[in-house]
Amino acid sequence: MPGPVQSIQRGAAILRLLARSSGRLGVGEIATSLGLPRGTAHGLLRTLQLVGFVEQDDATGKYQLGATLLHLGTSYLDVNELRSRAINWADALAARSGESVKIGTVLDGQVLVVHHVFRPDDTLQTLDVGSLMPMHATALGKVLLAFDAGASAALGNGPLDAYTRRTIVATRELARALASIREVGWAAQVEEMTVGEAGIAAPIRGHGGLVVGAMGVSGAVERICDARGQPNTALVTFVRDAARAVSRDLGASRW
Amino acid sequence: MVMRYVMSIDQGTTSTRCIIFDQQGRLVSVTQREHRQHFPRPGWVEHDAVEIWRNLERIAPQAIKQAGIGLDQITAIGIANQRETTLLWDRRTGVPLRRAIVWQDTRTTSLVDDLAARPESSMVQKRSGLPLATYFSAPRIRWLLDNTPGLRERAERGEVLFGTMESWLIWNLTGGPNGGLHLTDVTNASRTLLMDLATLEWDADLLDFFGVPRAMLPQIRPSTETYGVASRVLPGVRIGAALGDQQAALFGQTCFAPGEAKCTYGTGSFLLLNTGNEPVRSSHGLLTTVGYQVGDQPAMYALEGPIAVTGALVQWFRDGLGLINSAPEIETLARTVEDNGGCYIVPAFAGLFAPHWRSEARGVIVGLTSYITKGHLARAVLEATAWQTRQVVDAMNADSGLAMRTLKVDGGMTADNLLMQNIADVLDVPVVRPMVAETVSLGAAYAAGLAVGYWPDLEGLRRNWHRAAQWLPNMDPERREAEYDNWCRAVERSFGWMKPRD
Repeated sequence: MPGPVQSIQRGAAILRLLARSSGRLGVGEIATSLGLPRGTAHGLLRTLQLVGFVEQDDATGKYQLGATLLHLGTSYLDVNELRSRAINWADALAARSGESVKIGTVLDGQVLVVHHVFRPDDTLQTLDVGSLMPMHATALGKVLLAFDAGASAALGNGPLDAYTRRTIVATRELARALASIREVGWAAQVEEMTVGEAGIAAPIRGHGGLVVGAMGVSGAVERICDARGQPNTALVTFVRDAARAVSRDLGASRW
Repeated sequence: MVMRYVMSIDQGTTSTRCIIFDQQGRLVSVTQREHRQHFPRPGWVEHDAVEIWRNLERIAPQAIKQAGIGLDQITAIGIANQRETTLLWDRRTGVPLRRAIVWQDTRTTSLVDDLAARPESSMVQKRSGLPLATYFSAPRIRWLLDNTPGLRERAERGEVLFGTMESWLIWNLTGGPNGGLHLTDVTNASRTLLMDLATLEWDADLLDFFGVPRAMLPQIRPSTETYGVASRVLPGVRIGAALGDQQAALFGQTCFAPGEAKCTYGTGSFLLLNTGNEPVRSSHGLLTTVGYQVGDQPAMYALEGPIAVTGALVQWFRDGLGLINSAPEIETLARTVEDNGGCYIVPAFAGLFAPHWRSEARGVIVGLTSYITKGHLARAVLEATAWQTRQVVDAMNADSGLAMRTLKVDGGMTADNLLMQNIADVLDVPVVRPMVAETVSLGAAYAAGLAVGYWPDLEGLRRNWHRAAQWLPNMDPERREAEYDNWCRAVERSFGWMKPRD
């Protein structure tokens, strides 16, 4: 079993030190207080600043706790900022796939639609931004469940609501589906929410790979799936490329 | 079959961008490079035109590489540019006389006051369609002539050339000192104060009035026409179009019929309404300008309502007040409350543009009570953009006699759903966002593609336009009227704040 990670211990000490102090601290003060070489302290502070846990004052160069720490756990990325950062890629996905595009995040055990691009055929469509969808019966929701252990635990052990006869209602079956989504990196639903409709989605990741949302296409099952009822591989590629492009813009370097 | 593409060059205020589009109008690759903003004195804003040209030399080949195609697959180049920015350069050496004077620059304030005091100044608006203001190019040319020893004589001998940024880029692309073409398009020429809006030619009386020698001016050409072939950077590629950026957005939004309008929401916002083949003279505080001219067809005119501060108010809320961390968070904060709580913000940071044109106005926040929270202020920030749009639309409807039925929108602020709904509510018309957000670049590409037959006609371009989102009005009419009345009273309170200079 590996021992404790030294840099995390040191990072935690910096946060405690900053939380305890009444004003801002300079890198020298922090290094001296913790008995660290100045360069090491600086490197740790730079990383903590990158993830938003500490902030540096422009004028003095001194450090304090970051605003992110105050609402740690409530919201990692503002949903309106997520939309703003994703809008060009969502448009491009709709134009390439010919299908409507949605971006979702988790809100109280459901999928909150934070962005919606119409299917590019100029038919009458209504903006779905702000609406809620079930997690276990949508591609967006399954992606969010697969990469958020908390949200998936919150579903409980009882049977899930059935929307069609293809909805996954058994939690064990859902757990297997989520494991395979984690493995392949994308999710699909075929007539699990509404008869005749299907969807494909992939995760949007932020700094450090944390999943901050899901992005996908949905539409008539005969367009989303091939003749054998499997999700169209070209569409899967479009969706994954678009979600990766957003993730890159959000700073998720490895995806 | 070899796929062909069109390249657009968007020479903007902060950066230069190259975007390659395919035949469906879809974006294939994007490259961009920012240039430095020079602020040598208060109110002065300058760009280094050589830096801008070098940026283009760099990003144009990059865009082709990123698209994974060859130069021979680019069928035409279209240019959109920041408007009214003024540059003079030496015809023989190709070297700019000094840095370009940017459209935001107000160094000509006292010169414009002096010119406006002359009896014949009323002719300016009649001929050019524009009010005599520091915003446009002619006073800047005059300022340069007055402040550079020996320049007037050289300009009269044709040794010095004037151009806005599209002229500079076209001249350089087509060879610069070695046979470069010195031309501009009707939309850019319509922003100089020197062109007769009816004849689309330089006007002798306007040239006299501003004291600008004709020899330094570029030839005025249609927006869409094969001007020539590039000999540098993109050798062999035809240059098929040039338009001012806001006119390019009108074209990219395919507002080809009279009555069609678009609004681009950025730092400021610009609403343009196609008024057809006749210039509509504004009696309600709008600019009359050329929308575009396709080849030898008659020009299409537009009414324009520039709004100085829209997105800039959100930036101030973020940077000046520090109430939000990023611009999109304004929507999150605004949604923490139900309404504005009776609070209104008029962002007359440097006076008000259309339809008021009050340079002495300054910003006000009215209706403050102890009830008001930062959430209400965030609402008021977004509503300021919506009501400013409403006042411009009312002026458009009054001037044109056409009632706007739908508003096409683009620009960064269209990601804000609350704002877009608010605009639909206060205008009482549907607000529609197209699938390609880069409408300025798309417009330049469309115009160039049209010139070389890559796209057959305007109808073909219309078919590429797809709706990405739509917001329908949903506001009680009585409430709308009451809120509008409050807004108008708030605007009146911003007037007359700055005292006149002695």
